[in-house]
Amino acid sequence: MSKVKKKIKVIKIDLDKCNGCRACEVICSSFHAKPKYSSNNPARSRIRLIREPLRDVYLPVYAGEYTKAECMGRDKYVIDGKEYNECDFCRASCPSRDVFKEPDSGLPLKCDMCEDDPPQEKPLCVQWCLNDALTYEEREEEVEEEVKQEDVEIGLESMINQYGLQKVMDTIARISISKKE
Amino acid sequence: MRYAETGYNLEIDLSRGNVERLETDPRLTELYLGGLGTNTKILWDRVPPETEPFSSDNQLIFSTGLLVATPAPGANRTIVTTYSPQTLLMGYSMMGGFWAPELKHAGYDKLIFRGKSPNLIYVWINNDKVEIRDASHLRGKGAVETSELIRQELNEPGAQVAAIGLAGENKVYMASIEQGRSSASRLGIGAVMGDKGIKAIAVRGTRDINIARPSEFINLCNDVLQYIKIRAPKLVPEVMPILAGLGSPQEMAHYDEKWHTENFMWGNARVRRKDFWNKEIEKKWKETLETVRTRLISCYNCPMKCGAIISVPGISTYMMKCFSKLTYTMAAFVEDLDFGFKIAQRATEYGVDGFSTPQVMAFAFELKEAGILTDADFAGCPSDNEGKFYWLLDRIVRREGIGDVLANGTYWAAQQIGKGAEEYAHNNIKKHEQLPLKLGMLNPIYYLMYCTGEKANITQIEGNFPQAPFSTMELKEEFVKDWVQVPDEKFKKYVLDWEMRGERSMPFYPPVDACCEIVEWQEMMHHIDDAVGVCAGLSSFPLKPPYHIHNYPQIISSATGIDMDESGLKQVYKRNRTLLRAVNVRRGLRREDEKPPEDHWKKRFPELEKKLLDTYYQYKGWDLQGIPTKKTLHELALDYVAEDLEQRGIIKNEQSEEEN
Ligand code: SF4
Ligand code: SF4
Ligand code: SF4
Repeated sequence: MSKVKKKIKVIKIDLDKCNGCRACEVICSSFHAKPKYSSNNPARSRIRLIREPLRDVYLPVYAGEYTKAECMGRDKYVIDGKEYNECDFCRASCPSRDVFKEPDSGLPLKCDMCEDDPPQEKPLCVQWCLNDALTYEEREEEVEEEVKQEDVEIGLESMINQYGLQKVMDTIARISISKKE
Repeated sequence: MRYAETGYNLEIDLSRGNVERLETDPRLTELYLGGLGTNTKILWDRVPPETEPFSSDNQLIFSTGLLVATPAPGANRTIVTTYSPQTLLMGYSMMGGFWAPELKHAGYDKLIFRGKSPNLIYVWINNDKVEIRDASHLRGKGAVETSELIRQELNEPGAQVAAIGLAGENKVYMASIEQGRSSASRLGIGAVMGDKGIKAIAVRGTRDINIARPSEFINLCNDVLQYIKIRAPKLVPEVMPILAGLGSPQEMAHYDEKWHTENFMWGNARVRRKDFWNKEIEKKWKETLETVRTRLISCYNCPMKCGAIISVPGISTYMMKCFSKLTYTMAAFVEDLDFGFKIAQRATEYGVDGFSTPQVMAFAFELKEAGILTDADFAGCPSDNEGKFYWLLDRIVRREGIGDVLANGTYWAAQQIGKGAEEYAHNNIKKHEQLPLKLGMLNPIYYLMYCTGEKANITQIEGNFPQAPFSTMELKEEFVKDWVQVPDEKFKKYVLDWEMRGERSMPFYPPVDACCEIVEWQEMMHHIDDAVGVCAGLSSFPLKPPYHIHNYPQIISSATGIDMDESGLKQVYKRNRTLLRAVNVRRGLRREDEKPPEDHWKKRFPELEKKLLDTYYQYKGWDLQGIPTKKTLHELALDYVAEDLEQRGIIKNEQSEEEN
């Protein structure tokens, strides 16, 4: 594979500055509604604030890749004496928990850094975080070219994992017939 | 499709254990918006005025505001409404935090309780699934503790829980409903919740809230945020720092308490300590605040940070906002701020109002000193100032001994104690404890707000107009320059002409008519906020807020799809304000109840005061008793109210028209 230039988008997360407002969740879910901004539902957001005020846990986490199986074990971070829960820092949409999944269908959610046309100046969660807990940086890097898995493919794969290949194929066949009618 | 609202209320009959999800009438949203507006309508329609607060016929309404759970910044209020055991009038108390958005995402605009549960229960609402669950294992538990226990028991870290503590269970008139960093504290609604046998309400919701005109609406929300970014750090000069920016009073952020400790009264609104604040105290108090304050925190979808997580070494963590760090300290004459944070932790777990409760306790010790209460009433009470307060707080929330009497607040306690105790309950309006302020010169604007506010709490009425004149012309001009929030240009003139001394100073300036207009404006903003569920801290409370009468109509209209312009919104406000007045009038509220504490100002002006009240009532379209006239009610499409008031003989037709 050849080397290509790639823009790396970085969101810097400063936990000390987070006030726990969940504005990032609000704007992310609204932006990704169809049509855009037509609804709000933080449960659909691709950033989730893990928030446990009494233990001072304020941890915004971005949705990363979908995984069909949970990890073999668990990890648990202790930072400056503060213990986080198992999996708190993980970005995966994973069968072990219900974050980063569409509430009804269970389809995985993934942060797209707010892909948009024309592109957003900054990701929306960053724009709505007035406390600068989230800030945005860009840099360029040389990386190996890779084949990108399409959104549809990721979605289908997760449905297959959830319901089995046969059921998904049957359903698609049935839906395509009914759409043609 | 319904926009901004869900179109459904959840109705729970506790006596029968019956749960129903009922569709609401969209026309009511057009007429009253939501939140406080529709709560008032429900109370009017369903709960007859003879109903005792602690009766199974009383209803307890938890409402979201109309814009709650839309992206509108700061739209997160829960408005709780019922008949207050303390004032006996309609009690409405509000809380921010995260509970209301969760209820809306679960699919409900309001949660309405009627009846009484025979056993202590809690309610678990998880989208469509609603369960009434046994709470006997939570009896006596703290409010914060209860929320944590419920979240664990349900294994739902995302559930938002509103709970009462021991005070609510024991129907203490100062009982609050606590919810994370927020609480609905005033007017004893926690006692009504306890009377109904509800220990807590846990909610989890994952449904969409729809927006009628998405791109228009989100642009307006972005404007609000952009404005906050510029306005919040730009403090208005000559205004005390906690009120000069945006948000609720910034008590968790600021150290300098010179203003509060020297201007507010200590004890039960008793003693002013003009030279309290000094370098040494400042240093100590700053250290204390920095030690206990772990993080500044906000409510749902709001960039401000009005609250804080408080961890005092050795006691469990809780959250605080506003002024409660000082209320206990000052009421108890303790000079160590550490005490304030410690006792507030206990008080939060008990679930009591941080404004009234310290005053009630100070009142008790004043009665003891005066020999009206005796040593026997305080058998076992320690003698140091801190110990005394802990001891009495424990008695009050348990309703033990003298605590049982005091649990009804200063007004009712004084009635029961007699022997001149009434003189000591000197800081009430409509039987409700007020801010511990005693001032010199009558302020005509505040006079009207104190007298006529239905919430009986000044911070829920005051707001957008400066509390005092600026000292120089430059400052005045600077202030009015970018004052876009004014409903009319004439308000700028009032600020420019208003002076500290001389002819155009208080109490005769602003003139009576202007005072009515200023009060009307401030009331209007509070009523709109309380209907749409936007925090007063971003709208009706601070100077120059991001939400105002000029941008609200479009914000409401683009979110809900309801046609709304400025005059339409003003009409809704008038309707809501008048209906609330009618609810209270039907419960007996009259002119004689509308007065500030006798000693609130040293310099009083009976003639001027009479003129103020007369003009204000007239301005509102009410008669000289403060009763809305038939004509006014008709103009506001409240003919059903007029009919009812007439039938009850409250509106005596010709007579009241003549008076007007
Ligand atoms: S918007 Fe910023 S401050 Fe608010 S929860 Fe998200 S990361 Fe925290
Ligand atoms: S970058 Fe965009 S897609 Fe990703 S979490 Fe933030 S708002 Fe959502
Ligand atoms: S201004 Fe303060 S109290 Fe109001 S919503 Fe924001 S954080 Fe909460």
